[in-house]
Amino acid sequence: MSAEHPVAAVPGDQTRIHNIGYRTYDGPRLGRSYATRSLYSQSLRGAYGLGRSVKSKVLPMLLFVVMCVPAAIMVAVAVATKLKELPVDYTRYAIIMQAVISLYVASQAPQSVSRDLRFKTVPLYFSRPIETADYVRAKYAALASALFVLTAAPLLVLYVGALLAKLDFTDQTKGFGQGLVSVALLSLLFAGIGLVIASVTPRRGFGIAAVIAVLTISYGAVSTLQAIADAQNSTGAIPWIGLFSPVTLIDGVQSAFLGATSAFPGAVGPSHGEGAVYVLVVLGLIAACYGLLLRRYRKVGL
Amino acid sequence: MAHVTTVDHVTVIATESLSKRFPRVTALDRLSVDIGAGVTGLVGANGAGKSTLIKILLGLSPASEGRAEVLGLDVATRGAAIRERVGYMPEHDCLPPDVSATEFVVHMARMSGLPPAAARERTADTLRHVGLYEERYRPIGGYSTGMKQRVKLAQALVHDPQLVFLDEPTNGLDPVGRDDMLALIRRIHTDFGISVLVTSHLLGELERTCDHVVVVDGGKLLRSSSTTDFTQTTTTLAVEVTDTDEHPDGTRALREALHARGTTVEDGGGLPGAGHILLLTAQGEDTYDLVRDVVADLGLGLVRMEQRRHHISEVFRSSDEERKEAAGHVS
Repeated sequence: MSAEHPVAAVPGDQTRIHNIGYRTYDGPRLGRSYATRSLYSQSLRGAYGLGRSVKSKVLPMLLFVVMCVPAAIMVAVAVATKLKELPVDYTRYAIIMQAVISLYVASQAPQSVSRDLRFKTVPLYFSRPIETADYVRAKYAALASALFVLTAAPLLVLYVGALLAKLDFTDQTKGFGQGLVSVALLSLLFAGIGLVIASVTPRRGFGIAAVIAVLTISYGAVSTLQAIADAQNSTGAIPWIGLFSPVTLIDGVQSAFLGATSAFPGAVGPSHGEGAVYVLVVLGLIAACYGLLLRRYRKVGL
Repeated sequence: MAHVTTVDHVTVIATESLSKRFPRVTALDRLSVDIGAGVTGLVGANGAGKSTLIKILLGLSPASEGRAEVLGLDVATRGAAIRERVGYMPEHDCLPPDVSATEFVVHMARMSGLPPAAARERTADTLRHVGLYEERYRPIGGYSTGMKQRVKLAQALVHDPQLVFLDEPTNGLDPVGRDDMLALIRRIHTDFGISVLVTSHLLGELERTCDHVVVVDGGKLLRSSSTTDFTQTTTTLAVEVTDTDEHPDGTRALREALHARGTTVEDGGGLPGAGHILLLTAQGEDTYDLVRDVVADLGLGLVRMEQRRHHISEVFRSSDEERKEAAGHVS
């Protein structure tokens, strides 16, 4: 067909569309453990709203600041008035701030797992090399790490401040170490409980309410019962009642083994024997949470 | 059928009396099929066992009986290796609304094992190939159904798999979106060199796109054959002409004139609006010339003359009718 007009080539035509066509990928495929790590880092960043919308950064960042500000104030006071020791023990800090920690778990656990369930993104993960256990481990580790960052950061502020105030180095380092062990346990326990509750519901609102309810109602009930037991002089029952809420569990463990003063009524913490039960219950709960999550996701599948 | 047609004689998926039984239903019933490279349509009504088959092929659900291989890997033991080499686009919505397509697909690329830099580069490439440009930086929540389907497709292709499973990719799309998606699916094989297994409950939709069609019903294999086998054996020519003062019914005049020249002509097959369309079987180039000459002699205007491939459904219908006729002759 000669009907086509020859197209005049415009010299120096700057706009040109380059169609490079499809390119195959011959590079490395890093497999399961890399994918699991990627999911971990994505979830950890997500727990602070990084890589997500501005709106979702507000709450986690705000809670992080709220966690650290009291520590900064204490340090400022300690340095200014030349105190001989910090106004609050490292181990006690998380117990005082438990409401903030609970709020953080309640807001971020559903964001981590409920979203994937609600928007049915889970099948996309399981159609890739990772297995159910990899997904659960990545999500669990990410939320626990996020919680550890939240709870350990103020301790670091306290520690640095204490050293600046020239407090006893050995004492402070020991206290800081004990505090870190305690918040690590707390992070694992709270993350597990939060994720199990959140993984049951695809609705974020329900998840948030349920996590807050479980963490605060259990604490409220346990401390009320402990107060009653204290008033009736049955102090022997106090440690056993403490086994039934996450916060008092951590409190019990650290007052038995990490040199903390108990927040229980009358400051009577569990003995070493009772403390061993506390440790077993905490570890058992963490394992149970992990097991429940595995079971939950085995069912979700595609 | 004893004879199984494969394209290029490379078996991509092979199943051998594959069964999947749930307590109450049998989703797959001794399904044996070989699927070669190219675009394969998996057709069946809702609940025919299509999604169950895909789950088994991805190594995510164990078969009750029988065995299956994907890319030469056994689904029972090499699930992870299979999932590294294949892509999967689910039927349902699977996209979080609050992240951008780019972020989402990059994340999914990394979940397939691509290093960060490669994941970003492949994401940009793949989104461009599926037809998402500036909008890829906006949150997915604001996308149209067609754009969301493209993102779903992109996440299945981003790691350059050897095979993709597309579960009902045209669901919820308008006719134009449907055609775009089908054209894109065709390109996945012709341009990207990736084999495709695409499911649909619409038989007609797949004839334009697929090299091969597998029909399942109630978990059983109904038919597995190449689409060219039964859609291109004969070419049907559709002709439409105008009416003139001389020939108030141009269609009839043309039919009679062609009949006089010894060509059998059928009406448009009772389809709506097909009253003015004549169908004739093309026997080589001569038929086209004949129609042109006859139309010119009659002084009619030629509105259209186009090739019409048989629809798969017609073929199924006609083979059913043949069978009935044969049965009728016997009795």
